[in-house]
Amino acid sequence: MSNLVVAPVVLPLLTGAVLLFAPRRLAWQRGVSIVSALLVVAVGLILVRTAWQGGIQVFQAGNWPAPFGITLVADLTSALLVSATSVAALAVVLFSPYGMGKDREELYYYAGFHFLLVGVHGSFLTGDIFNLFVFFELMLLASYLLVALGGTAVQLRETFKYALINNVASGFFLLGVAWLYRTYGTLNMADLALRVSMSESNGWLSVIAVLFIVVFGVKAAVFPLYGWLPGSYFAGPTPVVAFFGGVLSKVGIYALLRTFTLIFVEDPAFTHRGVLLPLALITMVIGIIGAIAQTDFKRILSFHIISQIGYMLMGIGLLTPLAIAGTIIFVVHQMVVKTVLFLTAGAAEQVTGTTDLRKMSGLLTSHGPLGVLFLIAALALVGIPPLSGFFGKLTLLQAGVEARAFFSVAVALIVGLGTLFSMIKIFRYSFWGEEKGLRLLDKNSPAFRGLLAPIALLVVVSAALGLGAEHVITYTSASAQQLLSGQAYIEAVLGSFVVARSGS
Amino acid sequence: MELLISLSVGIVVGSGVYLILQRELLRVIMGSLLLGYGINMALFLSGGIKTGGPPILGEEGPAGAVTDPLPQALILTAIVIGLGVFALLLALGYRTFQETGTTDLSELAGVEHE
Repeated sequence: MSNLVVAPVVLPLLTGAVLLFAPRRLAWQRGVSIVSALLVVAVGLILVRTAWQGGIQVFQAGNWPAPFGITLVADLTSALLVSATSVAALAVVLFSPYGMGKDREELYYYAGFHFLLVGVHGSFLTGDIFNLFVFFELMLLASYLLVALGGTAVQLRETFKYALINNVASGFFLLGVAWLYRTYGTLNMADLALRVSMSESNGWLSVIAVLFIVVFGVKAAVFPLYGWLPGSYFAGPTPVVAFFGGVLSKVGIYALLRTFTLIFVEDPAFTHRGVLLPLALITMVIGIIGAIAQTDFKRILSFHIISQIGYMLMGIGLLTPLAIAGTIIFVVHQMVVKTVLFLTAGAAEQVTGTTDLRKMSGLLTSHGPLGVLFLIAALALVGIPPLSGFFGKLTLLQAGVEARAFFSVAVALIVGLGTLFSMIKIFRYSFWGEEKGLRLLDKNSPAFRGLLAPIALLVVVSAALGLGAEHVITYTSASAQQLLSGQAYIEAVLGSFVVARSGS
Repeated sequence: MELLISLSVGIVVGSGVYLILQRELLRVIMGSLLLGYGINMALFLSGGIKTGGPPILGEEGPAGAVTDPLPQALILTAIVIGLGVFALLLALGYRTFQETGTTDLSELAGVEHE
């Protein structure tokens, strides 16, 4: 029992509610947002420490015992993802005053952003599959608002597509919840896991599992359900898109990770090896082909998200402790690095007025620090040691070799080459070469420094993740163990209830 | 009774899918509303229909049997969320009409963006 677990949900909720008043007083809006984001970072780090030292932290709302009440759970994975999200959120909040127009900031931007955080943190922490649905909806509602912020024709069109596709997916989510309840009579994830392990479903569980693959696949942009992503991520305001690219698509991956290690483990040969792994490989390849074909900064990055989602899915598909650990490292690394890459795209857009690579070049000469930071982040994404991407990929590939999935490993390596190629393409076009295109911001102007600070913050975090890889791998191995065994999770959530039930 | 409701779930969801596949923006929005309603009914079925008295002390059916109240609580939540999303989609659709002057989705596909 720990009240700390509920803080990452309640803090942004209160902040958002407070920020709904006086949307035009920007100094106040920014100040409150930064303070709240800092507090959530602190809470996230404390949560990681308590989960590491004191085991799984559980919060039962109103002290109702587990299968009956609302449960929030912070195990090692959830705590780590909450703190990674909060760091990315802090950087985005710091970036926002410089990264988009004042007119957009005044449209309840900060309030919407904090409500989005409520949904994201809630999804990571909830211990109940129906509450997962509720938090998903909260997150999506806030995200529709944020993508459409500003209301240009492109944004409205893309938001409509995004909202409609996700709305249909939510319908399927609800249907899956109904089937689970019909079959097992409970929606608490720990209780579900217990009942699944005690009964034979004769394949019915696999049917529900495939339904959930569709649902979470839409949220995570898995092939063939990724169609909404490149468009809507191109249309939105840059800070919003950075957070979406870094964090939002990973919430779907987290939901898959949680449910497919805890609940849907009856027939891994079909659900994991048979469905998830092939989907992972196709997602990787499609994403990278898309990225290579583009000539726009933001679009290349958007397609990269899809290809990286493939790597994370591959870890879940392999379902060995090492592979799951690799997935977790990869998710955390992506949350940081993808956000920073989108932020550099935003900074380049603020400087040159465009994101079209053909219309800018020579940024390294005129705005050196931005180029250096971009290069470090890009190398981290590609996976050059000692940066953070290397260890995620290494762990995943090692797991692939151990599981004798040599074809998957080969595909992953080739896709890695494609990633390197498209990052070099961005660097060569926009940073290298002679100075070309507009320069709207001076290198020494406060606005440019304001853009650089959050980027530098995230690059430092990424480098720290890489240099402290030993600790990161120890931690994620432990959390993978926790996810896969499931026993600790069930006991922490259900407590004495388990003893009572297995005795009867 | 359960068969009847199952069949109506099928009809409502089918109509919803049909409307979503239309080109008119408003019909698409209505379609997603119907889809949600159909699935809410399916959720209603998940607890079984009227298997006992109301779940209130002193009003149970014979041998203490009560109807499962949980699916109803779930539907209530789902309806509220559905309403929120529906209102947002309507507002979004209206703004799109104001901004582009059309509600035909195939015409919207031509809006310039590059």
